[in-house]
Parts: sequence; structure tokens; C-alpha cells
Amino acid sequence: MGLTLYATALLTMGGIYAVLTLGLNLHWGVTGLFNAGIAGFFAVGAYATALLTAPPGATPSGGLGLPVATGWAAAMLLSGALAWAIGKICLRLRSDYLAMATIGIAEILRLIVKNELWLTNGSRGIAGVPRPFEQLAQPWAELAFLLLVLAVLAIAYLLLETAVRSPWGRVMRAIRDDEAAAAAAGKDVAAFRLQAFVLGSMLMGLGGALSAHYFKYIGPEATQPLLATFLVWVMLIVGGSGRNAGAVAGAFLVWALWSATELLTNRLPPDWLTRAAYLRVFLIGFILQVVLQRHAGGVLPERTAVRRPGP
Amino acid sequence: MLLDFVNFYLIPGLVLGCIYALGAIGVSLLFGILRFAHFAHGDLMTVGAYLALLLVRVAGLAPIVALPAAAVGTALLAVLIDRAAYRPFREKQTIVLVIASFGVALMLRSLVQLLGGVGSVAYVPGIQRPLVLFDSLRIAERHLWIIGVSALLVVVLHLFLSRSRTGKAMRAMSDERDLARIAGIDTERVVVWTWLIGGGLAAAAGVFLGMDTQLNPYMGWDLLLPVFAAAILGGIGRPYGAILGGLVIGLAEELATYPWIGTTPLVSPDYKTAVAFAIMVAMLIWRPTGLLRGRQFG
Repeated sequence: MGLTLYATALLTMGGIYAVLTLGLNLHWGVTGLFNAGIAGFFAVGAYATALLTAPPGATPSGGLGLPVATGWAAAMLLSGALAWAIGKICLRLRSDYLAMATIGIAEILRLIVKNELWLTNGSRGIAGVPRPFEQLAQPWAELAFLLLVLAVLAIAYLLLETAVRSPWGRVMRAIRDDEAAAAAAGKDVAAFRLQAFVLGSMLMGLGGALSAHYFKYIGPEATQPLLATFLVWVMLIVGGSGRNAGAVAGAFLVWALWSATELLTNRLPPDWLTRAAYLRVFLIGFILQVVLQRHAGGVLPERTAVRRPGP
Repeated sequence: MLLDFVNFYLIPGLVLGCIYALGAIGVSLLFGILRFAHFAHGDLMTVGAYLALLLVRVAGLAPIVALPAAAVGTALLAVLIDRAAYRPFREKQTIVLVIASFGVALMLRSLVQLLGGVGSVAYVPGIQRPLVLFDSLRIAERHLWIIGVSALLVVVLHLFLSRSRTGKAMRAMSDERDLARIAGIDTERVVVWTWLIGGGLAAAAGVFLGMDTQLNPYMGWDLLLPVFAAAILGGIGRPYGAILGGLVIGLAEELATYPWIGTTPLVSPDYKTAVAFAIMVAMLIWRPTGLLRGRQFG
């Protein structure tokens, strides 16, 4: 029983992270857009669904107690709208500027979440977010939710695979690899980039929504850049940037690794326990460096005939 | 009323501006020379601040006396980080460097948390009384130090960039990298100097921030956004622009909390960072080359 629950939790979190990583793969892997503010889109999605679906009284301005599906739709719409606004401003500039702007948005959203108590409860967070199937008995409730997450992941994966293999996907890769050539071939580079940026961000918002329902809670810690942004980047790089299967594999692999190191450090004496958490973060940063330097393609490298051009 | 404005808004704004400027100089130089946004710059500041804390605690030095050693330590660390984490990517797409620096930021911060503890600490505990000049102009001693030493560092930097061979090579490389290489400039040497200067100034910014408020492992990361905003405002690759940008952002953040209309602050102090962000977005829309016309990275 304990093992089933542990494995279910591991796979559910892996699945949620896989949705986020698929979004980032569309941004970075396929289109070459550097999003350093995944935490921001995650937060928008998570808080949107929490506010809509939590029972009345969940925050001072109240939850609305709407069905879960409404929350998910709102999560995707809002994060997509945010991405559209950022993209309109930054996508015409060099990718470093997009990185700075997205990290800025994420930090501002963290300020809003912390300070606007009437809306978000501040550091207390919003509790009572409903989880689909939670009325079932253990472990069926957990298993049913896992299946739901995996179904969402499968749909996202299939849609993205279709998109990436379509002419639309070819244009995206063309823009990533040689913007000038794509423009010369008559493609509206800015419009294509904006589409990819909005779509990927919607997936990130959905990932945030899934997480809020899974934990039945959303608080400001969940939007820390470490867990929401950095880990997703490591997952994509380790899995293989540019390939959807790589993104999914990286998400499950790195999440398993992250959880396994927690099992290890939990055996340490208590006064070492808090410090060990930082050792894990260091380790993840180190793994990223090794993969970037030695195995730039990741576990499942992108299969293309043409290599990316140098500087 | 006017004195309140000077004491509680203008001087703190100037102090914050100095801190941002010192960080932004490094970010701007690094962007000019290595062509990437260094995401670990904030955490270099944190490391500098904690190195000084170590000296304050172990050797009993005043923070301002510990500053030079902390700056040298951080500068050397920056060169080491470059060797280990950034140099392998020198000939690749520079955006990979941004990812790598993201990782370095996290590693630095986790080391600070591991070795320096998680909570907030102060260099000198207790409240320090401000000096009162001309009966009513109140300025804290630490603010005098921060503004004075920052000005000194800027003058030294100016002399270095305008007089020394390495400084000139640095500016040449920031303007035209390939031309500089053809002209026989040892680019790796320039890169080392850029890290030494960027790291040293980052440490100064960190120590000043620690003197002004407190130290915590997130202090540098939280500064990253205004520092980037300052570098963009001044024109990326333009160290003098970065100084101007830092001062403007620092002053704007503090002055925005002044009750310009009515009696409540115009912008709640909780949202000071948002002011920097708004300025950055405005610049990205209307003038991405910055005030001093930095390089066009289109």
C-alpha cells in the first residue's frame, strides 16, 4: 500500500512536470525562445484555477466553487494572455531580453501573490482546491488522479507531436536555426514565434493548475524559481531539448532523481537535514553543468539532419 | 517637508542607485564582451557579502574594511567559475551560457545556504544612529561610506577603461569583437579582466547592500531584476550607461514610494521592484539600445 502510494505520487508529479517541460520544449527546444519565468505562468494557472474552483470563503474575496474544467480553461486562457502581452513586446528582440522580461514577470507575480492578501491569502496560500476523484477510497483516488494527469499529458504530447511534424513545426525549427532564411522565405517570423510562445505558456498554466488540484492547495512557495523554473529547465536539457519524447523522459527522470536524493538525505541526522536540502540543489546544478558540457543532446537527442549553426 | 524628502527618499534612493550601478557595470561589461546575460551575477553579490561577513565575524573587521578582501575573493571566484562553467561554451550559441549561468546561480546560492545559514544576519547588530548635519539633514554613516566608496570605484574604473591598455582592449572588444581579435588583442586575457572587474564590483554591491539592510541568501537574486533593468536602461555594453541606469533605477524605486499625491505612498514599498521592471519594459518597447545607445542586439 505504502509503495503504491509512493509510486503514484512520484508518477503524478513526474506527469505534471512533463506537461511543464513540454511547454518549455515548444518555447526553447522547437522555437528557440528563452523563457526564464516558467514560475510566473505556473503561478497564473495555479491561482486562476484555485480562485475559481475553491469553495466560497477560501480567500477574503471568496472562491467561486465552479467545476474543475472551468478552472483549467481559465488557467490556460490567462497564462496565454499574459504570454501574448510579453511576447508582443519582447519577441522582436534578442533572446536574452526575453529571458530578462520573463524573469521580471515571474518576480512581479511573486510579489503580487505575497502582498495582495484579499486575493491570494498571501503566505497562507489558498487551501481547499478540489481534486477530481478525491471522494474515492485510498489508493483509488490517487490512482484515478494519476490517470487523469497522464491523459492530459498524452493529449498534450500527441497535439505537440502533430504540430511539430506539420509544416508549422518545420517553420518553427527553420526560425530557430536561421531566422533570416525563414524570413527570406516569406514566413512571418514574429507571428510564428508569438504563436509558439502563447501555446507553450498555456501548457505551463495548465501544469500550474494540475499542481494546485493535486496538492489541493497553492501557496507562494510553489512559485519559487527553483522548483517551478529551474527544475523544468534541467529536465528539458537532461531529456533532450527539441524532442517531445525527450522532454517527457527528462521530466520523469529528473523528478525520480530529485525524489531519490530526498530519500537519501532523509536518513541523515536531523540537524543535517535542513542543510542537506541545499546539497540536493547543488547536485542538480552540477548535473546540469555535466549534461550541458558532456552530453549536450540529452538522453533522447533531437533527430535532425542539420546541426545548429555555431556563432 | 523638503528635508523629509531628502532624508527618507533622496538619500536612500542614491544609496540604492550606487548598489545597482555597481552590479549593472559587471552585467553590462559581460554582455558586451561575452554576449550573454549573466544570471548568476546577483548570487556573486551574495557571495561577496558573505565573504565579508566571514571576515567581520572571524577577524572582527568593520564591513567596509573587509570589503577589499571580499572583492578580491569574489573576483577570483568569478574567474574560476568562468573557467569551469562558461569557457567550455565559448564557441557555441551564447544563449547556452544563460542556462549555464542559471545553474551557477543556484549552486552559489545553495553553497551560501549550506555554509552561511538560511536566515537573515546583520554585519553589526543593533540600530546605528544617523549623523545630523546642519541641524536637520540626517545621513547615516554607512550611507556616506557607500556613496563615497562607490564614487571612488567608479573613478578607478574610468581611469582603467580610458588609460590602461587592457581597459582600451576591453572597450574595443565590446564594440567590435572580430576586429579586436584581428588587431591582435588577447581576447582570453580581456575576458579574465572582465570577470575580475565584474566580480569585484558585484562583491562591493553585495557588501553595501548588507551594510544598508541585512544579509540573506536571496539578497543578490532579488537584486537581479533591477540590475538588469539598469544595464538595459544605460545601454547594454556601456559601463558608463550602467552607472547612470543604476542611479536612475535606484532613485526611481525610492521616489516612487513618496506620497506625491495625497498622503499615501504613490507606489506601495512592497512593489518597489515593479518600478524597475516597468522602466525596463518601457525601454524594451521604445528604445532597446538604452539611453547611451548601447549595441543593437536585435
